[in-house]
Amino acid sequence: MKKVVVLVLLVVALLSTTLTGCKTSSEPQTIKVGGIGPVTGEASTFGVSTKNGYEMMIEEWNAKGGVLGKKIELVFADDKGDPTEGATAAQKLINEDKVVAIAGTVMSKVSLAIAPICQSANIPMVSPTSTNPKVTQVGDYIFRACFIDPFQGTVGAIFAYNDLNAKKAGVLFDNSNDYTKGLAEFFRDKFTALGGEIVAFEGHPAGTTDFTPFLTNILKGKPDVIYCSDYYNDDGLMAKQARQLGYTGPFLGGDGWDSPDLVKIGGDAVNGSYFTNHFSKDDQRPEVQEFVKKYTEKYGQPPDALAALGYDAMGLILQAIQNAGSTDGAKIRDALKNIDYHGVSGQIKFDAERNPVKSAVIIEIENGQQVYVTTVNP
Amino acid sequence: MDKIFNLQQLINGIQLGSIYALIAIGYTLVYGIIRLVNFAHGDFYMLGAYAAYFTINFMLAQRQNPYIIFILLVSMLAGALVAFLSNRIAYRKLRYKPRLSALITAIGVSMFLEYFTSAIPAIGPSYRPFPQFISMVNYNIGTAYFTNYQIINVSISIVLMLILTYIIKYTRLGMAMRASAQDKDALRLMGIDLEKIIDITFIVGGALAGAAGLLSGLTYPRILPYMGIVPGLKAFIAAVLGGIGNIGGAVAGAFILGISEVFGYSINSIIGEGIAYAILILVLIFLPQGLFGKRTGEKV
Amino acid sequence: MKKILTKNRLFLIYSLLIYGLIQLLYSFSALNNYHMQIIEIALINIILATSLNIINGFTGQFSLGHGGFMAIGAYTAGVLTTLVWKVPQMQALPKFTLFILAVILGGVLAAIVGVLLGIPTLRLRGDYLAIVTLAFQEIVKVAINAIDAVGGPRGLLGIPRLSTFTLIFLFTLVSIFIMKNIIYSTIGRAMKSIREDEVASELVGVNTTKYKVMAFSVGAFFAGIAGALLVHLLQLAHPTMFSFTSPSIAGPLSLLTMVYIGGAGSLSGSIIAAVFLTVLSELLRLGIDSVNAMHILPFTVGPEWRMVVYAVLLVVVMLYRTEGIMGQREFKMLVPEEEEKNAAGGS
Repeated sequence: MKKVVVLVLLVVALLSTTLTGCKTSSEPQTIKVGGIGPVTGEASTFGVSTKNGYEMMIEEWNAKGGVLGKKIELVFADDKGDPTEGATAAQKLINEDKVVAIAGTVMSKVSLAIAPICQSANIPMVSPTSTNPKVTQVGDYIFRACFIDPFQGTVGAIFAYNDLNAKKAGVLFDNSNDYTKGLAEFFRDKFTALGGEIVAFEGHPAGTTDFTPFLTNILKGKPDVIYCSDYYNDDGLMAKQARQLGYTGPFLGGDGWDSPDLVKIGGDAVNGSYFTNHFSKDDQRPEVQEFVKKYTEKYGQPPDALAALGYDAMGLILQAIQNAGSTDGAKIRDALKNIDYHGVSGQIKFDAERNPVKSAVIIEIENGQQVYVTTVNP
Repeated sequence: MDKIFNLQQLINGIQLGSIYALIAIGYTLVYGIIRLVNFAHGDFYMLGAYAAYFTINFMLAQRQNPYIIFILLVSMLAGALVAFLSNRIAYRKLRYKPRLSALITAIGVSMFLEYFTSAIPAIGPSYRPFPQFISMVNYNIGTAYFTNYQIINVSISIVLMLILTYIIKYTRLGMAMRASAQDKDALRLMGIDLEKIIDITFIVGGALAGAAGLLSGLTYPRILPYMGIVPGLKAFIAAVLGGIGNIGGAVAGAFILGISEVFGYSINSIIGEGIAYAILILVLIFLPQGLFGKRTGEKV
Repeated sequence: MKKILTKNRLFLIYSLLIYGLIQLLYSFSALNNYHMQIIEIALINIILATSLNIINGFTGQFSLGHGGFMAIGAYTAGVLTTLVWKVPQMQALPKFTLFILAVILGGVLAAIVGVLLGIPTLRLRGDYLAIVTLAFQEIVKVAINAIDAVGGPRGLLGIPRLSTFTLIFLFTLVSIFIMKNIIYSTIGRAMKSIREDEVASELVGVNTTKYKVMAFSVGAFFAGIAGALLVHLLQLAHPTMFSFTSPSIAGPLSLLTMVYIGGAGSLSGSIIAAVFLTVLSELLRLGIDSVNAMHILPFTVGPEWRMVVYAVLLVVVMLYRTEGIMGQREFKMLVPEEEEKNAAGGS
């Protein structure tokens, strides 16, 4: 009797998921596009920016009348920064909400769990920020809007060696995060290939707030530059602590540095540092200026790199739907392959591996302001 | 050898240890009296940091000068309040249920505090840059550097610990707290309200965790709803290392742990990350009463 | 007296009915891939929750280290299928045979580690054991991060999707069956006596250390199997999936919730709670979506509230129904006939 009750409950629970799905998925007036990002859990700070980027791009298109004459609806799902949750979120978007394409997600480990699902369902996926080269190798429906690890690390090393005249460099990265570890390794390899010396190659665990043990080790080698490949919240702390330990030279980093909060966390310590980025807020291209202005108005703070990439990932999808003239997965995929897109993060075209071919800019921080230094082409 | 004996790393370790110490005291106090590993203790620390964050920003917006003592009191109050409430709402009901159900509840309370703070729009799940309202001054001894922040940190920790030691050792309240850790029945016979003592224990522990939150915000100026998880765990390890229930032990354990972690990191990050857990396993297996605890037999 | 419909046959028939029903609904598209994924994760969670219950519920040893065992099983099987045997390139038949072998080997290695961890730590009691096992779990994570051969912080990639619904169902069925038999054997009785009163059972001649280590190895074995199934479903293994701070529905924290909401000391409770919480987690996602879609609130409800509800549920169950949904009761079909007769007089 009890087991019957339980069985009935389970069946009801399962059916109710089916039914709620049916109710929401039969509206022909809109085109549904999926967005995935970690808005809970320890990566949530990155997910929020990315989500804002998706939302803004969709609002802009809707203000212009939508795509293919229909309004666009964003269906956002949280992946908590976890592969299991990400896979379920992707299945939900594809099967329940019937989205035509997915923008997502932030972390490579989660994108790697989502990509096979999109690939087998023939749903194009554009990851804004997953830099692991393996992500797009899953299949021909998988694209990304960001650089892959080798490019930024290499650009950083060339800039350090040639422009900063650095001969000795220290490297500090998060050894449990593939993005920062990847950048660090490519920086190290290129820098030594150029003839420089790496005085210390220090990994720190996730969630560290006290970097002084690592910095003390690095500073012992008297480096000309310190390469910090983490995200801004860690980089700000590192810079601050390195200054407390008596370091006066420059820091160098990747696009993870790009956030208005970097200066708030790092204070004066980050002045005189450089980082590679997709775009510069001081870039005078009108789309960049407009994006920065609108974003600041809407969310009360200037956009960071993740917001810009989320914005572009969604833009790529919508433009591809427009170009394809269809919401068919294969057609959107083909349109993406041939796209030539003016994004805020630069002119985007895809190579054979579906990685964007785009230029990087180098930005210096002067008196708390980001100053454009130079553009590096791939 | 230079890698192992290094004055700079010692200073780094003391700095880290002083924050662990404030959190560890709360752990040890609560555990000493009700034998509960309060997983939510790290979250009291997080809430202390947020209370300081909002107060400082509010005062700066009003063009007032945020005095550190005032901010410290606010953080301590916030930590104390949440600790008091979680005891009253959650833990109190489980006092005479199996000990493990209280432990699971503590995990639930911890999850609740983390996700609830990140779900409130005013706080949100993102990092917040902690306002830097004291200008930094650098000092150095030879090649070793330190700042006024580290001095503020360590001195506030020491003052709070001295006050606490005074209370525990020389006041009637402290005597009651010590007594309740030893024999609850005798305490009741003496006509002392045990629940009141437990409330006060939570308040004191929460206040110290809140103070640690402020200090951490000052030194590592970014805060997050999930920031309490790792320090909470490390502080618990420190409390175990020092002999749980023993305040001086918890402080000593915190400094030993902080310093050994820093030296571990300076050798290799894997060693540094694993060292705290390895210490914990070794201590519990070979020296379960901790470095400074008394050996007690298993009660039947 | 020979009954045709023995308990075990009944259990098998029920299971086959559920299996058939799900397959049928799927073939008529009443269940889509999203539902199937939820069902598959729920099944894996059943193995995880019941196996954790063997340690925590039936033997009364509070372990927080289940993620560590999962990770060992997951990585062992993953390394075997991807790096050693290179199963993805193989044809159909040996592929699945090798996969099943890999999953079992994953379980075996986890069990061996369970024994090695159990021997020195099991004389600790209650909360100390909890913390040591938690430390073990984090050390496993740190160790995997350090091994570049299995991908380090990038995770183990390129794992083939070998966990089909049928295979997961089969593994779940066999796991429950074996665990059920253990519980009603001499071993199970010894375990329960340790939970009720360790000193007393020691005095009546139960070798408590032996049975505690046994409980650890059984729990670890099935955790390893479930971990292996999980990564062959997601096609990826990542160290953070098995850490204490993982917010995953199949993460250590979630499993703990399942065991105690279902009832420590009840396999049936763990089965119910595993299914209930996995489905609930998705229902909350859909619920929050539909609340937002109705535009009745002046603000949008964030996905964070999912986890708030989850936490509140755990606290409320602990406060008002400390023994969990089922307490120590079981579905009748999981209780052997002889046991039922014995219990008839007692409870």
